[in-house]
Amino acid sequence: MTTQVEYWRWTESRYTNPEVDWRKASTITAGIDVGSVSSKAAVMADNEILAYGLMRTGSNSPDSALNAINRAIEGTGLTMKDIKFIVGTGYGRINIPFAGKAITEIACHARGANYIWGPVVRTILDMGGQDCKAIHCDEKGKVTAFLMNDKCAAGTGRGMEVFADLLQVPITQVGEMSLQVDKEPPPVSSTCVVFAKSEGIGLLRQGWSKNMVLAAYCSAMAHRVVTLLERIGMEKEFVLTGGISKNIGVVSRLEKELGIQAVPLPKDQKFDPQLAGAIGGALFARDLLAKSRKAF
Amino acid sequence: MITAGIDVGSKTVKVVILQDGKILARSLVLTGFEQGKAAEEAFALALKQAGLSAKDIQKVVATGAGRTSVSFATESVSDVAADARGAVFINPNARTVIDVGAEEGRGISTDTRGKVIDFAVNERCAAGAGTFTEAMSRAIEVKLEDMGELSLKSTQEIPLNAQCAVFAESEVVSLVHAKTSKEDIARAIHDGISNRIAAMARRVGVQNDIVLIGGVARNKGFVASLKRQLEADIKIPDEPEYVGALGAAVIAAS
Amino acid sequence: MLSRLGRFFVLSTSYIANYGYADGSGEYYVSIDSEKCNACGECIPACPMHIFQVEEDDYGDMAAVVKESHRKSLKYVCAPCKPTSGVRNLPCQKACKPGAIVHSW
Ligand code: SF4
Ligand code: SF4
Repeated sequence: MTTQVEYWRWTESRYTNPEVDWRKASTITAGIDVGSVSSKAAVMADNEILAYGLMRTGSNSPDSALNAINRAIEGTGLTMKDIKFIVGTGYGRINIPFAGKAITEIACHARGANYIWGPVVRTILDMGGQDCKAIHCDEKGKVTAFLMNDKCAAGTGRGMEVFADLLQVPITQVGEMSLQVDKEPPPVSSTCVVFAKSEGIGLLRQGWSKNMVLAAYCSAMAHRVVTLLERIGMEKEFVLTGGISKNIGVVSRLEKELGIQAVPLPKDQKFDPQLAGAIGGALFARDLLAKSRKAF
Repeated sequence: MITAGIDVGSKTVKVVILQDGKILARSLVLTGFEQGKAAEEAFALALKQAGLSAKDIQKVVATGAGRTSVSFATESVSDVAADARGAVFINPNARTVIDVGAEEGRGISTDTRGKVIDFAVNERCAAGAGTFTEAMSRAIEVKLEDMGELSLKSTQEIPLNAQCAVFAESEVVSLVHAKTSKEDIARAIHDGISNRIAAMARRVGVQNDIVLIGGVARNKGFVASLKRQLEADIKIPDEPEYVGALGAAVIAAS
Repeated sequence: MLSRLGRFFVLSTSYIANYGYADGSGEYYVSIDSEKCNACGECIPACPMHIFQVEEDDYGDMAAVVKESHRKSLKYVCAPCKPTSGVRNLPCQKACKPGAIVHSW
């Protein structure tokens, strides 16, 4: 019996950008993304990321948000008072008392991806532990179409976990192992994770190796995700975020099926793509602040 | 005339042998991984019970998801056709037939002769069929057979938010951790699945008599939830899991 | 869509919001085209299951959305409006003059 397990191992962390002096900045804003597993805060000084914090989500959203922002400003000399505007995002966004506005994770994620990867990005696929988001955006990072699937476990990290459990394979090795096959097997035919699992058991009985079964499931998952992308309109420049983007078995098959490669993370990029939502939130906060100042 | 109906479901194979409108024998075996073999086994078992041999059977009609794997069948018919025919054979007033099996749920509207007028299916998603209850019973460590009784003792209605069997599993586990009583959780599980089944039945238009068939019909907790959802009385035949096979045998005889 | 912001008219963003999901049994999305939606709110009373509400979107415009509580069960919520046989004249689509609502199934 599995309880809620996190899809990819990660550690709580923080970062300060040594090249930015916040004392010289005219505006300081922040974005806080309270997700179901991790809570992230990004602090921006004018146009630059000043610091971020990445923490485990606790039992309630306000505390998780506070934890993340405190971790981000730790050691920077900043206090909460210095942050002029905060945008909350993620599933816990409406429960962040010190956020001036709540914005959906879809809009924030697109905005953050645009910042991290640059304006070429048109399609973003975020495959998390419990949901899957597909977003299409313009060169400014504004959303033009989106869908979010958090109803069905197929195409999420949870689905992959079920298979890793079944085969008693560490989740982080699934991708590699699935590529060690002589011949690419046909994908598992059931979309439903429950039925796919029975199918997997059947394949093992027929004498398939673990690697073959994993290959069949990784390719089923890649196919599943392609159908989600088709719905929002797929454009050439696409990026991958979220846990499954670290699964080479799914990513390589996805790229093969689409016939194009995901845009790699820029070399000089120091931000974990997990931060995209928080960064997008900080950017929204900056714009909202500028707008409200103009109004006076 | 002696005929046989074989219903090869995803979980069990059912056989009914019929002579001039009277049931001579019935059998049930687990499908396992080889449907063809399970069908042969179930057929042999029913023959033995009836004291007959294969050549005494004039016609064999197969139905169910694995119907094509029955090599000795004379003919095969769809699940919905067999369900409707079987339900009307048992209860001539049946107009809506709801069949909830392990992997599929079906809502069928039928005419007085057991001919299908319309149907809707919940398939390929475990959240809409018996598998859901089974997975949840494992998650809360209650025997599947005990789920029904348990849920009838519930004192509180609580919602189950997840609409997916996989996510619901985590949800019920956290409910158990939060010390929610298993009675209430069992009821929430049955409410969840019956809600989905009722929605599907409404698509074909619910009319009396409503007959519930399939293995899940034996689950009293599910039946109570479904009655609440449909706000109607539901008739359940004595051997609800055999209705599809019976329907196939009836079709074979006509 | 044109919206009034202060004294200026600005051309705001338009997007297609797909509310719903795909599972093993199919795709169940109610899509709302924000360019067509004028936030009139006619869909709210029209839908017998009350799945719509009008709210400010992320870019400051008003638009209809499918309530969060219904997004994971649209196949079942909308089932009574979609008999397997007979004409499909969905109340939500009938009520929406600009034709902003599309169902995927
Ligand atoms: S298809 Fe399977 S994995 Fe998807 S929602 Fe249904 S039960 Fe869950
Ligand atoms: S189909 Fe019916 S229930 Fe569904 S959104 Fe339209 S009006 Fe509402």
